[in-house]
Amino acid sequence: MTARSALVVVAALAVVGLAACAPEEDSAGTAPQPSSADACSKDKLALKTAGTFSAGTDKPAYEPWFSGNDPANGKGYESAVTYAVAKKLGFEPAEVKWQTVQFNAAFAPGPKKFDLDVNQVSISADRAKAVDFSTGYYDVRQTVITTVGSKIAAVTSVAGLADAKLGAQVGTTSYTSLRDVIKPKQQPAVFDSNDLAVQALKNKQIDGIVVDLPTGFYMTAAQLDDGKIVGQLPATDKPEQFGFVFEKGSKLTPCVSQAVDALRADGTLAALQKQWLTSEGAPELS
Amino acid sequence: MSREPEMPGGYAEPDGWRPSAVQLERLAYRRRQTVRSGAIAGISTVVLLALVVFGVGSTPGWPRVRATFFDFHRGWEALPVVAQGLWLNVRVMLVCAVLIVIFGLTLAIMRTLRGPIFFPFRIFAAAYTDIFRGLPLLLVIFLLGFGVPALQLRGLPNQAVIWGGAALVLTYSSYVAEVFRAGIESIHPSQRAAARSLGLSHRQTLRFVVLPQAVRRVLPPLLNDFVSLQKDSGLIAVLGVIDAIRAAQLETAEDFNFTPYVVAGLLFVALTIPLTRLTDWVARRQGWYGAGGGAV
Repeated sequence: MTARSALVVVAALAVVGLAACAPEEDSAGTAPQPSSADACSKDKLALKTAGTFSAGTDKPAYEPWFSGNDPANGKGYESAVTYAVAKKLGFEPAEVKWQTVQFNAAFAPGPKKFDLDVNQVSISADRAKAVDFSTGYYDVRQTVITTVGSKIAAVTSVAGLADAKLGAQVGTTSYTSLRDVIKPKQQPAVFDSNDLAVQALKNKQIDGIVVDLPTGFYMTAAQLDDGKIVGQLPATDKPEQFGFVFEKGSKLTPCVSQAVDALRADGTLAALQKQWLTSEGAPELS
Repeated sequence: MSREPEMPGGYAEPDGWRPSAVQLERLAYRRRQTVRSGAIAGISTVVLLALVVFGVGSTPGWPRVRATFFDFHRGWEALPVVAQGLWLNVRVMLVCAVLIVIFGLTLAIMRTLRGPIFFPFRIFAAAYTDIFRGLPLLLVIFLLGFGVPALQLRGLPNQAVIWGGAALVLTYSSYVAEVFRAGIESIHPSQRAAARSLGLSHRQTLRFVVLPQAVRRVLPPLLNDFVSLQKDSGLIAVLGVIDAIRAAQLETAEDFNFTPYVVAGLLFVALTIPLTRLTDWVARRQGWYGAGGGAV
């Protein structure tokens, strides 16, 4: 093959290749508002797989949001809420299919394999530029936990935490609260998972961990022998909420939001929180 | 390039020699060929670049990718935080690098000692390299970073950075030891023989003849290990400290924009390139010309 014909072949291949991998144009418009309830009927929903409600969450799936690292058993608050939403939209529990979606992968650009992702993701305006959120299904309060006898075990105010070495999970609003509300003098420790943060707390490498309240209860009850909740951080004027995550412009968002709102109105969310999440016995920090 | 006449037959050597007509034709032909291949190379490069730019730029998802990964404004915003994280990488790398060179060289020398009396040293060095080269670095970091503080021994430091650094030193010493050993063993036996015949002792031979040549020979692969160390120094972030990549991750979590990662990547590359040029320059000054030998 001469150089010239090789060049021609390469050029031809390049053109063909570009044409072949040119993605189809997807109309990423804003999601239409459902005009009535029947716009959200099961057969009209824009699903990835017809007849299947594909939900994603990270592995491991943590208590008390999921139970036994199995999102499909309907146990744990987020699992229960997901099945309640699916039921509202007309799906049988067997039609809900779970897949593992890493926390970060849920927000990367490009098409998603899931219909919705549920992973204790806090709703924020900045994040909403990259993904769609449903309305919130849980109002979050951040708490500080520690071990009995640590230097912050008896602290009653946020100011009393400023000198402590505190930790949080990376990419969480717990970390942002730690940074912006407590404003610690020492650089916070940041961990890939809450389990690693607990490990560091047990080793006394950090004085305390900032987590959302239900996780804090779980840690002090099940993961730490001598765990103690120091208290809840002051509520901000804008309550923080967990929401379902959708790919940007998903037509499913308004329908799920509608379902979540209905579950909130009829008391289902409150009942599920009572069933799966403790919220008694965490003092407020002044 | 050959010397070229300004015009056919336009110059003559002092002894009256002139290039023949055939030679002039040859020169002209070569010149034409050079111009032609230069032009083809240029056009081909431009066309290929244009194809790539057009191909990527015309995809429907490109604006989204650009906004997510190459948002200049967001990158600029994240730069101070990421740079602060990078400062940790740099400090860890500098301290560890010194220790790694010392340990690595010691291991390599241990392993190349001759004589039956040194057998336990050779065995120890070989076993050490085998084990620590094979163990995943992350495991070593967890073992030291969480395992040792969990012992709750008094007097031992508790800081993640120290134990993470120790894990890096242990693992990388085994890589570097092998690089040094390769260098030491590549020195021709005649060098040792010559040194010994001049009356140098074993130690002097190693110190003045073998090691200088060996180290010079393995500078490029050594630098590989240090660039790699620079990036792996971020792995100690699993113990809770904030390095460049972790800082980028924290920034990304705020708005799911990945530009801070790209900023961290650019900073790493900006560190690496000058380092590479510097070592090449140092090696050349010491008379290292790569495998091709010196200028002939």
